Amino acid sequence: MGQLSQQEYMDSINKINQELVQAWHQDFRVKALKITIQCSKYLVDTSVIQFYPSKFVLITDILDMFGKLVYDRLLSKAEYYPALPDNFTANMVPESAKETCRNWFYKIASIRELVPRLYVEAAILKSYSFLTNREFSQALMRLTRMTRGIGDPLVAIYARCYLCRVGMSVSTIDRQFLKDNFYDFLAVYDQLYSSHIKRELNAQKVDITTYLGLYAPALDWILQGLAHRAQHSLLDEIVDKCSGKKNKGLLLNSILSTFKPSYISSRAQYFIKLIESCSGDGLPQYIILKTLGECLQQYGVEDPLKILNLSWALINRLTNPSHFMTCAHAWANFVIKNLSPNEINIFLGDIISHVGFEGKNFYPILQDIITILFSNITDFESLFTMDKLLPLLDLFTEDVKANVCRKILDTFTTKHHCDKFTDPVMIDALIFIAKILHDSVTALTVDDEKRQIGNLISYLIRKIHFGRDFEKQLTFYVEARGTFTNIDSIHVTLVQCVNRLAVETGRIVKSHHTRKTSSFVRACAAYCYITIPALSSAIVKLQLYLLSAQVALFNQCLGQADACIKAALGLIPEIPSAIEVDSKLVSTQDFLRGYICNMLSTLIVVPDCPDQGVLYLTRGLVNVLQHYTEDNNSTIKSELYLNVIDMLATVSLSEYPYHIKKVDSNDVLYGSDPKFITEINKMCSILVEEVLNNLKSLRNNEELKKQSKLAFELFLRLVIHADLENPGMANLSFNLWNLALKHNSLDKTLIVSTNAFICYKFYCYIVIYCEKNVAIYVPLLLSTYCNGI
Amino acid sequence: MEGLVNLQLSPKNVGIFEAFYNSVKPMQLSYAMAEISGPGKLPSGKTEIPFEVPLISRANRTIYETYHGVFINIQYTLKCELKRGFLAKDIVKAAEFIVEYKARTLASKCEKAVPKEVNFVITPESLEECSDLGTIPRFRIVGKLDSTTCPINRPFTGHLTIDYTEIPIKSVELQLVRVETCGCAEGYARDVTEIQNIQIGEGNVACGLEIPIHMIFPRLFTCPTLSTTNFKVEFEVNVLVIFENDHLVTENFPIVLTRV
Repeated sequence: MGQLSQQEYMDSINKINQELVQAWHQDFRVKALKITIQCSKYLVDTSVIQFYPSKFVLITDILDMFGKLVYDRLLSKAEYYPALPDNFTANMVPESAKETCRNWFYKIASIRELVPRLYVEAAILKSYSFLTNREFSQALMRLTRMTRGIGDPLVAIYARCYLCRVGMSVSTIDRQFLKDNFYDFLAVYDQLYSSHIKRELNAQKVDITTYLGLYAPALDWILQGLAHRAQHSLLDEIVDKCSGKKNKGLLLNSILSTFKPSYISSRAQYFIKLIESCSGDGLPQYIILKTLGECLQQYGVEDPLKILNLSWALINRLTNPSHFMTCAHAWANFVIKNLSPNEINIFLGDIISHVGFEGKNFYPILQDIITILFSNITDFESLFTMDKLLPLLDLFTEDVKANVCRKILDTFTTKHHCDKFTDPVMIDALIFIAKILHDSVTALTVDDEKRQIGNLISYLIRKIHFGRDFEKQLTFYVEARGTFTNIDSIHVTLVQCVNRLAVETGRIVKSHHTRKTSSFVRACAAYCYITIPALSSAIVKLQLYLLSAQVALFNQCLGQADACIKAALGLIPEIPSAIEVDSKLVSTQDFLRGYICNMLSTLIVVPDCPDQGVLYLTRGLVNVLQHYTEDNNSTIKSELYLNVIDMLATVSLSEYPYHIKKVDSNDVLYGSDPKFITEINKMCSILVEEVLNNLKSLRNNEELKKQSKLAFELFLRLVIHADLENPGMANLSFNLWNLALKHNSLDKTLIVSTNAFICYKFYCYIVIYCEKNVAIYVPLLLSTYCNGI
Repeated sequence: MEGLVNLQLSPKNVGIFEAFYNSVKPMQLSYAMAEISGPGKLPSGKTEIPFEVPLISRANRTIYETYHGVFINIQYTLKCELKRGFLAKDIVKAAEFIVEYKARTLASKCEKAVPKEVNFVITPESLEECSDLGTIPRFRIVGKLDSTTCPINRPFTGHLTIDYTEIPIKSVELQLVRVETCGCAEGYARDVTEIQNIQIGEGNVACGLEIPIHMIFPRLFTCPTLSTTNFKVEFEVNVLVIFENDHLVTENFPIVLTRV
């Protein structure tokens, strides 16, 4: 079978397994036995030695299967009613079943070769329980002794491993056989290093480390069984015996990986001494050191510094960087969990000096160490005071570094979501890391990736806080803007942070700005004003402009507010007609409607600049709206005009419904000056005209609904805001009312409530001015009344 | 019921013709006949007829235990004959049954196994046919057989240790052989044949480690050691050590098998 590939070999063994089961079920039991014997013969052959452990697993599967078949058959032969209990004793078994059982064992006892005889008997060992109660453990002992006859130590230890496995499947059994097996192995341990084996390895071109590695699974298995719930005295005895051996590396390694960590950590110093003493041939020291490190990471020791110093002295001696890194990786957990930042720093320094220029071979390990570092350390300030941390990051090339930085920030943000960072060193380091991450974003970066990175860095920026030192905070934001230029979302965050800072300032001085604070808030406003244009999305820009304008207004920076609003006005035409949200196109009309309303509410309190005309910003807005190209037959423009009319109506009041502290709005500036009112009236008439034009253009059948709705809206505006004593106005509203009702498309309850409102309003009129032009209202009143019923 | 001892001469000891013709006449140990059912019709379906035959030796003969060998066979058969009038053929069916001594009948007939420990040392010098010491590798093997007198249903046990060896060992084996001796008028013929071979050491067995010797006697092919006037059945165990250069060293141990 030497020429087969591993897969072919496995397939052929699986086929044998099927044949076995098939033969068994066709009652060819002798054939089944022969197949089993044939299989176990493969285990004598060590020609492809690296494959031996896998072969062992494959073939013992078959043996287990055979053992189970025999056991089940004997169980069914036992004919115990209703069925033999699981913990039956031999005297419950009838003679015929015993005879069959004995036959099996006689048959197996006559197998010529040692190894198949051993394995097959071990496979059906469980069936001894049909014969006598004690036979099982006796047989196990006998087989244990029989294993001594196997000359090849590798074949022998795997045979022992199988015996132990079979033995442990019966829980009641005395564990003595495990010990015997292990000690027998110790007795022949020197054989592993004999010239005979060396010749064999040379012929197969396998190095000794690989060869010893083949022992590890079987040895670990035996030791694990032995050490399980064992007394410490027994463990001590084993350690003593092993430490007396030459080339004890392999044994030591297995002990470290199988004994309880608590046992090992309490004797860590002793073990380090043992490791120190096993040099030369055998398992390389670094593997054992690695195992010890892995073992200690789960369990604390009394004097971690001493342990580390002892073992680190050994590890530092390793010249091969890959060996060193394997150890460093294993010990990282121990070091980081148990030792102070100072020692961790030295640890990192050693890693850097050992890795040298071969960093890229160890990226996974280095990354892992960094992750361990960040996820275990709670004291971040001391972490960033380590001078070796950033050089460690520098070992990575750009793309990997960005990845590592991202991991760091990730752990950071997930682990520390409540506290704020104030320490300048830490902030510097974090910004450094964030910058690396940020710089990795290029034109080719996927949007989602960009978004995630932006979120991470934004989160970080929001966390950084300099307390009451607002100037420093602003300086930080300025620097951050310079550092993170690639990602829009970070700029958005920065603008919002600065606005928050400005509001905070205003809040603290309770709007009574001193020279210093007012220049500071102006600086904030300026910051926002110059940061926003760099963004790409018009909508975001608009929102931020408005926000900044509102904050500037709040801080009495009128010029800055004006500038922001002007900038926003200039941007409105750039709003795309639709934007993509979750890969669906969504019209921006709703946004526009909300945005304009928000802006109008702001404009109410924005005082006019003396150099400019009356309400020049509102005028500007109307101008922009006029040029806004809408979709076919949309009424959005008219609707917005109506909103402007609402706003103008408010502006014409002698006192506005709301004000900003310390800001004089137009009501105070103009004091309802008739000229001002006239201006407003002019604008209103223009707007009404525009809306009426729009109404006229809505003539098609499908547009009638829109028409009546728009007419109704305008009617409401007129009824609420306009001077209905003016006959022209009254007439207009009357006509609009009729137009609104013409197509019966309005909601009935709406009509009724509107009716009630109008009736009430006119009733008041009539009562107050009954001697005046009553005649004019009568038709209106009547028509509304009739339609209402 | 019939008990027979079949003796056959091996062609090695006598000429081939004599071997063919002169096979010794079977020796009848026991014979009994009994009518188990009188004449009449058997009802259709399955009919079970109980019977009983005394197992008694003929005059001057003893009942020996069943044994299947190469040249000597001790066999007991039950033959059932159904006589069916003169038109139909008689139906005959034979079946073998196994005779083993019971523990309590033994006191007189067979010696009890008295453990007899044997220590042995194998070195090139101890070999019988040490003709050319130059070609034989240096080695020393010591061992112990727990007993050379063994109850047949207990395993044959002991252990051996390889003290040192110059050339690696390929295999250590136990060989169970039977020694069958037929005595007849012209003298006697002694034949040695292998029954089974059990490997106890595989490959380059570690030096200084006790390797257990353990062998179960196969049930059909062994019987307690038998020595009669006409024939003898005896057993021997050979310890075989095969070196990597296929050099073979044997140590022979005659053993006595007993029923208990």
